[in-house]
Amino acid sequence: MTAAGHPVESFRGGTIQQKLTRTSVVVILTALVLTTSAVVPYYLIAGRRSIAGELNVQAQMIALNSTSALLFDDERAATETLAALQADRNVLAAAIYTSRGTLFASYEAQPSSATAPRTTIAVPVRDAIRFSGLLAQADQTIVARGRTAGYVHIVYSLRALLVDVVRFLLITAAVLVVAVFGALMAARRVQRDLTVPITQLAGAALAVSRKTDYTVRVPPNHAIGELGMLIDTFNAMLSQIQARDEELDASARRYQRLNEDLERRVAERTSELQAINKELEAFTYSVSHDLRAPLRRIDGFSGMLAEKYGPELGTDGTHFLARIREGTLHMGRLIDDLLNLARLGRKELTPRPTDLTSIVTRVIDGLGRESEGRTIQWKREPLPVVQCDPALMEVVLTNLLSNAVKYTRPRAEAVIEIGVERNGGAPTFFVKDNGVGFNMKYADKLFGAFQRLHRADEFEGIGIGLATVQRIIHKHNGRIWVDAELNRGATFYFSIGGTPA
Amino acid sequence: MTEKIDILLVEDNADDIELAVHALREEKLANGITIARDGEEALDIIFHRSGDADTAPPRLILLDLKLPKIDGLEVLRVVKNDPRTKAIPIVVMTSSKEERDLVESYKLGVNAYVQKPVGFDAFRSIVKELGLFWLVINQTPSPQAFGA
Repeated sequence: MTAAGHPVESFRGGTIQQKLTRTSVVVILTALVLTTSAVVPYYLIAGRRSIAGELNVQAQMIALNSTSALLFDDERAATETLAALQADRNVLAAAIYTSRGTLFASYEAQPSSATAPRTTIAVPVRDAIRFSGLLAQADQTIVARGRTAGYVHIVYSLRALLVDVVRFLLITAAVLVVAVFGALMAARRVQRDLTVPITQLAGAALAVSRKTDYTVRVPPNHAIGELGMLIDTFNAMLSQIQARDEELDASARRYQRLNEDLERRVAERTSELQAINKELEAFTYSVSHDLRAPLRRIDGFSGMLAEKYGPELGTDGTHFLARIREGTLHMGRLIDDLLNLARLGRKELTPRPTDLTSIVTRVIDGLGRESEGRTIQWKREPLPVVQCDPALMEVVLTNLLSNAVKYTRPRAEAVIEIGVERNGGAPTFFVKDNGVGFNMKYADKLFGAFQRLHRADEFEGIGIGLATVQRIIHKHNGRIWVDAELNRGATFYFSIGGTPA
Repeated sequence: MTEKIDILLVEDNADDIELAVHALREEKLANGITIARDGEEALDIIFHRSGDADTAPPRLILLDLKLPKIDGLEVLRVVKNDPRTKAIPIVVMTSSKEERDLVESYKLGVNAYVQKPVGFDAFRSIVKELGLFWLVINQTPSPQAFGA
């Protein structure tokens, strides 16, 4: 479809019916005009030739038969001879002249001044047949005994020939009328058989293209040959498009339902999570406040008891009181560590390019108290700058390095190695020690909160450090794992998600 | 009620009051202690005293956050928004070290924020240092000079 108009409402040069009608009328007219313009001259020429021949015969017959009448000056006989011409209704008049040119005898089919023969003619007269207007005139010399005896003059009417031509033209006109009528009827039939289905087709195509209505169908018609086939094909095509359209709609609706369902579920889960988070926060708050308060009182009053009544309690009493206070402080530390771990879960990461080498240096410096009096060989290599939360990464390295220091305590010389492995992807960092290690069958317990592989009187601690480390690494989309052997040492590996900064 | 108040201790738990008073007494700071058992009582004491031209307001307020009736943060807001009481040093002493309490307290203009340690010895040394700093070392303007 073009911008100039759509295919149904504007036709250049009219409808098919009009075109067909016009074409057939033009063809019929051309045929008839050509036929007429060929036939009529031929007819005229042939008619004239035949009239000329006939006139010649009649003139010669009259000439032969009137020879004796002229010789014997028998006017009556000559007139009788001429009278024989009345058998031919086309002969209007005839005359016989003497050799000197005076009228000898005459004949008129219907006497009138118009056809009356002249009384004298100029002689000699040349034998000829002349056509002029609606008349043909024949002159014939009458010869007797080798001498000119006189002349015959016949006036012949061409009306009959003209009437024939007119009749021919009338018949042609009648044929023309019938033919044009036939052409009109044929065009109407074409209108019914061709234009109507084509208009319906065009209308259906328009409905499809404008309103994307694929339910329209063109009434099938098997009486119109190829056009019927076109309609069938068009309908079949529409059926296919409709089926596909419905399928598409159905799947779009299905996807929309799925999507809405998904969004609703995400919203539900989000609000559930938010509620759980709120609860967790309220819980942490109340733990930090309400669980610590009684501990403070236990320690406070135990302390006051020890101060005021220490001497009366005796050695055992003082010892028991000291155990109570130590237990209280331990529980206080547990609560603090647990809260720190819980807070870590809620904390947002603030990642930025971080120099791990300087963090390791700082952490080792901070371990001074724990490594006091120990022989520790630090094996270090430069670490890359990576994208991570520097404060949290310091927590990770503090835990891993202080563990390494702690669990190498029985070694005369502790060897602690900090390095990085690059195997194509993100760098893998490791902290390796030659400490007491552990049996790998307990490796899965290592990262659980409050899970310990050593007794507290061997190695102090409450089992929260590696749980914290794992949580931080996971928050960085990273991975942490361990390789260890009992009494041979342990190596902790970790990677942090993403690419090096 | 015209004796001089050095410290207003706002605390609802009797045990905690006893422990705090014990610690303050040890450090010879117990003479000027007044105790408020909830936020409303604390505001009554602070503003009754401040309204009376003959008496000075508390020189230091030790404020717990979890209090009946009016909670500690509200007390902090009221005191710090009133020009008559704005200059009184307020130290929040609480069991919690929740980030939001800490942030909110500082937004309201707290002078110090201390988490009460579990250990009594540590608590005692904190009380001692607080008393020494706020009552002896630190200087505050008089309410009149402060534009009240």
